[in-house]
Amino acid sequence: MTGKHMMRLKMDTPTGLALAAIAATAAVAFAVPSAMAQRDPAYAAARAAGQIGEQPDGYLGFVTAPTPAIRALVQDINIKRKAAYTERAQATGSTVEQFAFTSGCNLIASTKPGEKYMTPGGAWKTRDASPPERDARCP
Amino acid sequence: MTTSNIGARRLAITARCLAIMIAIPALAGCVQIETPDKPIEINLNINIRQEVVYRLDGDAKKLIEQNSEIF
Repeated sequence: MTGKHMMRLKMDTPTGLALAAIAATAAVAFAVPSAMAQRDPAYAAARAAGQIGEQPDGYLGFVTAPTPAIRALVQDINIKRKAAYTERAQATGSTVEQFAFTSGCNLIASTKPGEKYMTPGGAWKTRDASPPERDARCP
Repeated sequence: MTTSNIGARRLAITARCLAIMIAIPALAGCVQIETPDKPIEINLNINIRQEVVYRLDGDAKKLIEQNSEIF
């Protein structure tokens, strides 16, 4: 009885390790495409060039007069953002504006130096090494 | 005495008329300038409260992380 039990324990440990390894590989395989999903190169370029920026309301805005291509790109992203905000707002029992604003707080905080963001006063600013100027309600 | 009294009364009436004429447009101007802008800001502040923003912050971070291609 005891021997049998020992055997089972010995068998279980490598199986468990193998399962953990498989799970870890699967997690990495799933995480990479979602976390690493790349920005459209045209979007990344317009952001880096300061043609578009993050607004406190959670949407992208035009810093300079946009080309038709950039206008279409930003409108497309803003529609997708609104859909995402709407879904999360319903799930969290908040309004789309509240969820979008909270996201805007985070998006402005995570702008990279050189990128543009809008201050609570409505002016476009270039992000530098210092913390961005955000609404007093931002966490 | 009588003539100077009449003169003084006329002056007083003219002064009052002038004061009223100046005061009325001034009041009207104040009302027109001050009303339109304020209610909009107040509404925004009521709709998005700081405690709501703090409550949603974690969910917002997750959403941004999971949909990085649109953020």
